[in-house]
Formats: sequence, C-alpha cells, structure tokens
Amino acid sequence: MGKTTTSAAISSGIAMRGHKTAVIDFDIGLRNLDIIMNCERRVVYDFVNVINGEAKLRQALIKDKRAENLYILPASQTRDKDALTIDGVERVLKELADDGFEYIICDSPAGIEHGAFMAMYFADMAIVVANPEVSSVRDSDRILGILQSKSRRAEQGERVEECLLLTRYNPERVEKGEMLGVKDVEEILATKLLGVIPESETVLKASNQGIPVIHDTESPAGQAYSDAVARILGEEVEHRFMSVEQKGLFQRLFRRSA
Amino acid sequence: MSIFDYFRNSKKATASIAKERLQIIVAHERNQRSQPDYLPKLQQELLDVIRKYVDVDQDQVEVQLDNNGNCSVLELNIVLPDR
Repeated sequence: MGKTTTSAAISSGIAMRGHKTAVIDFDIGLRNLDIIMNCERRVVYDFVNVINGEAKLRQALIKDKRAENLYILPASQTRDKDALTIDGVERVLKELADDGFEYIICDSPAGIEHGAFMAMYFADMAIVVANPEVSSVRDSDRILGILQSKSRRAEQGERVEECLLLTRYNPERVEKGEMLGVKDVEEILATKLLGVIPESETVLKASNQGIPVIHDTESPAGQAYSDAVARILGEEVEHRFMSVEQKGLFQRLFRRSA
Repeated sequence: MSIFDYFRNSKKATASIAKERLQIIVAHERNQRSQPDYLPKLQQELLDVIRKYVDVDQDQVEVQLDNNGNCSVLELNIVLPDR
C-alpha cells in the first residue's frame, strides 16, 4: 500500500522544512525502512536493542544523509514480535521528545497485529495509507475503527486526528470507471483527505536508489508528497493530481491511433 | 451504440460495483464493531439451548442489538425448519 514509502517521504519532507524529525520502523522482523532510505549498511543497533537497554537511543539513531534534521530508528530483524512493549515504546518516544524531536513518524507494519498496534497506540495523528482498491479500503476502515477504540487517546476519551492518504491513484482509470475515485473512498471511509499520490514510475525508481521520492521535486508523486507535508504542517494547499491532465491535440491524436 | 461504447459501459460499472460492495461491507462491519463483546458468545449459547429442542442451523439464528435513545432492544430471530 506504500506505508514505508510514505513514511520515508513524509519524514524527509517535514525535516527538510526545518523540523527535527525521527522516523521509526515498527515492522519487527521485516525491517525495510532502512533500505528505502538508503541506510541499510549503517544499521548497528535497532529499536529493540534500545527498548531492551542494550544500546543507547543515540547509538541506534541513524542520521539521514539527505535531510539535515532527520534521524532513522531501524526495526530489528528478530523474529520475536513481542519484543516491543507498551512501556518500552513509550520510553523511547518520550526520550525522543525530550531530546527536542518535534515530529516522530511511526512506520506501521501491515495488518492489525502487535506491531501495528504499537505503532498507532501513542499517536496524536494517524495517516491511513490506502490504494483505491476494495481490499485496501476495507482494511483502512478496520484500522480507523481500531484507532477510534484502542489507541491511548481513545482510552482517554479523546480522538486521534485521522486522515487519509490515497496512493497509486490513476485519474485516467478513475475517469474510465475502472478505479474507485477519491470522492468515493472519502465517502466510504468518512475521513479527511490528506492527499492523493498519483501512480508514478518515479516511486519505484526512488526506492530502487534509496532516495525518498519527495526529493524528486519534478515528479508528480514527489510534489504530491510535498503538498501532503505542507498540509500536515497546517498550510492550506489545494489538492492536485486528482484529475486527468489536459493533453495537447497532437498527444491526443497520437494516443488514439496508438 | 457502437461496440466501443459497450466496452466503455461495462468498464464504468466496475468502480461503482466496488463502491457499492464496500459501502455494504463497511456498514456491516461498523455495526459489528459497535456491538458489545459478549454478543457472539450470547448468540452461540442461545443457539445451543435452542438446538436442544429444535434442529436449527447456525445461520438460522439472528441476534441483533439496537439502540433506541436510552434503551437497547435485543432482537432474536430464529427460523424454525419446516416440519
């Protein structure tokens, strides 16, 4: 669905705007944020080491080479999923906050098991990443339900600020009626839209190289992530990439005959 | 209507089919989510009791809890087999 790609892009984007940011991989056993952010060979200690007191937080945090204010906390490759404890996670988050981190992005694993629960439990804001596909939309609704009942905020009678990020969006297919449109998904999930990331080759190219796609300021996907970051930071930015670009006459003719 | 229109129309349907199916399942699952935890067990035990006397299938028993203002109504719907 693009959770890790999104975590990499959004954390990079927030850091590039001058905020001290940490991004934590919660996918214990299937670490992948490190390879998306091109620091896989710099991992020495990980999240579980810090929780178990085998390493200091400072030793485990990896400074990003592209964005000045960005630090990555990789997941461990242990198969023991219960290595994450509520107390342990809370301690690490608190230490990060005390250390001056303004934004902490928790990259959730897929599913609704322990790792995902840990990633969302302490959230103030949740970005639900979905594709315009039935299975993904249905799962998103379940995750929204869990956020509304099982998160710490919910337990305290408050609400996690939820928003929807629709990735791999193809306006042309939507127009042809082959793909759920953004309005449809918004209506089904009844959740505020953070942004639409158009389906784009640049996303794969970016992950091939380990450069978060937001650094590609030319590509629509990169621009769409930048817009989403601006919205997270409270700016009003109009939504883009939701409709088919008007093509020139020659392009159209060429397309028809092709 | 040309043959191209025919294809176009059949394509148009898939996204709206998806939307329709999602609306139904999501509404159903949200409804279940708001139910108290004991409901599935209650349903099972009721079924066991009924089965002592009448032979009914699992899907012939429907238990539903509706909230109307400040009172809740537990509705039990059992389809008895034909004699």
